[in-house]
Amino acid sequence: MTLLLQVQGVTKRFGGLQALTQVTFDLPAGEIFGLIGPNGAGKTTLFNTINGVYHPEEGRIVFQGKDVTKMKPYYLAKMGMARTHQIVRPLNELTVRENVMVGACFGHENQHLASAAKIADEVLDFVKLSSRADQLAGSLNVAQKKRLEMARALASHPRLLLLDEVLAGLNPSEIDGMIQMILDIRTQGVTIIMIEHLMKAVMNVSDRILVLDYGEQIAEGNPKEIASDPKVIEAYLGDPKLAERLMEDD
Amino acid sequence: MRNWQKYIGIIIPLLVVAGLMLYPTVTGKAAARETAFTILKAIALASSLNILLGYTGYVSFGHIVFFGFGGYVGFYLLSSQGASLWIAILAGGLSSGILAFLLGKAILRLRGAYFALATIGVNEAMKAFINNFDLFGGPTGITLNFKTYLAYGGASKALEMAFFIVGGLACLAIIMSYVIRTSKFGLGLLAIRENEDAAEVMGVIAPDAKTWAYVLSAIIPGMIGVLFFFKNGNVEPHDAFPLHASIELLVMVMLGGQGTVLGPILGAFAYQGMRGYLVTSDFFKDIQLSVSGALLLIIVLFIPAGAVGWLRKRSELLRRVLA
Repeated sequence: MTLLLQVQGVTKRFGGLQALTQVTFDLPAGEIFGLIGPNGAGKTTLFNTINGVYHPEEGRIVFQGKDVTKMKPYYLAKMGMARTHQIVRPLNELTVRENVMVGACFGHENQHLASAAKIADEVLDFVKLSSRADQLAGSLNVAQKKRLEMARALASHPRLLLLDEVLAGLNPSEIDGMIQMILDIRTQGVTIIMIEHLMKAVMNVSDRILVLDYGEQIAEGNPKEIASDPKVIEAYLGDPKLAERLMEDD
Repeated sequence: MRNWQKYIGIIIPLLVVAGLMLYPTVTGKAAARETAFTILKAIALASSLNILLGYTGYVSFGHIVFFGFGGYVGFYLLSSQGASLWIAILAGGLSSGILAFLLGKAILRLRGAYFALATIGVNEAMKAFINNFDLFGGPTGITLNFKTYLAYGGASKALEMAFFIVGGLACLAIIMSYVIRTSKFGLGLLAIRENEDAAEVMGVIAPDAKTWAYVLSAIIPGMIGVLFFFKNGNVEPHDAFPLHASIELLVMVMLGGQGTVLGPILGAFAYQGMRGYLVTSDFFKDIQLSVSGALLLIIVLFIPAGAVGWLRKRSELLRRVLA
């Protein structure tokens, strides 16, 4: 199995605040990797460090065998890394289709406008936003904007997809739809790292999970191991019974 | 029919320019050509500024620096080095483009108000520099030897030629604006305007795209500068770098609709029309600039998208027709 991403001893500080301490993990191609932890644990900071928005003080990030530690986000995008944002960032005054075309035009595949428009329509179909294609992105509701974030990321045909709380703020039926979508994306050969607070979803979807607490990596393993790890229960899950219930549901 | 509809976004703007170029011939008045020249010059400058302001979302309060700098370089070649008008115009555009490239590398990393302030600083610094630069005549500037016009068939013929060139440059500015607006490069600029961080994450190489947008927005102003000073016969620092002209350009772009091809054209037309009325009226002639200021305030408060932007929001048909 080839390693798509290696995060080696990554440390990130903001002034006196230690946001990430020696985070280390390997991600083989094809996996869904869950990232959980309490608020402020450094999950989004880890995403920002992986995709080049921040540069770590210590450690290395290797993507597709290449050291990308000091690289800018746009070069990583062109290498095949795409992400969504926890707080959605639609390009409000552009249409939904144009938003998605930006991903296709400038991301991994560097498409021309005409082929980008075609890809945009396919992807919008996949995330069920086709009927909104000509609307301005600013006019969408939150659930639709989350799907738009997803569509923009997918339109670049990425190798690695970073999903930052795509389920937050969605209602139960929207959550089911989104989870199905994530599973479908994986079958297309895309490797996924997802930050999620919704434990049931993470536990069911992820192959492996990494738990962060105050920027430190307190556990890593498959969902079963994580749910029974005493450190994780203490820091995050709270009630051991809850952890068991999470595993048993469905 | 379909094809015709597809290109209507460029056809309407070019028809406006064609109309302006015919207007002096139709009316047969000398003053009409002067008016049309001013409007065409404004159209070319506003359309250029729109590439940076409207498409990329970077407010430049000192865009006139490219008009002045390019104008000075070309005019110097014309008056002191015996270059032809054509070479001078090309040199003016090129030197403004190079200036924008270097400036872009330095100040385009600034965002929002900081960039806007830096552009004012650049304009004032350039004015001060030229004021003390002996090669360009220092504070007294350069005056063209009247004989230079003989090469173009005398002063009156030269003025007529200048009018057609300004029309050509206005067309060029509009075509450039349209091509950028409908290109992949333009989509990247619009993405930067809407959210620069998100655009970078999606793979838009923002520092490069912004620099090229700045360069492209500077070339035509440099060419117009050469032509304008050729027509005037002299150039002085305060004519070349008037800060209020920068602000008037902003008003034109905002009034017509930033980020659209047609907007700056209508804005330039309307603003110059209004200005023409104001400077000749007894009451307004001294406070003409305050009227522009008030106008800018009203636009920003009530119709931030400008006239064309407002119309585009109203109906899908207009969105397709008005580029």
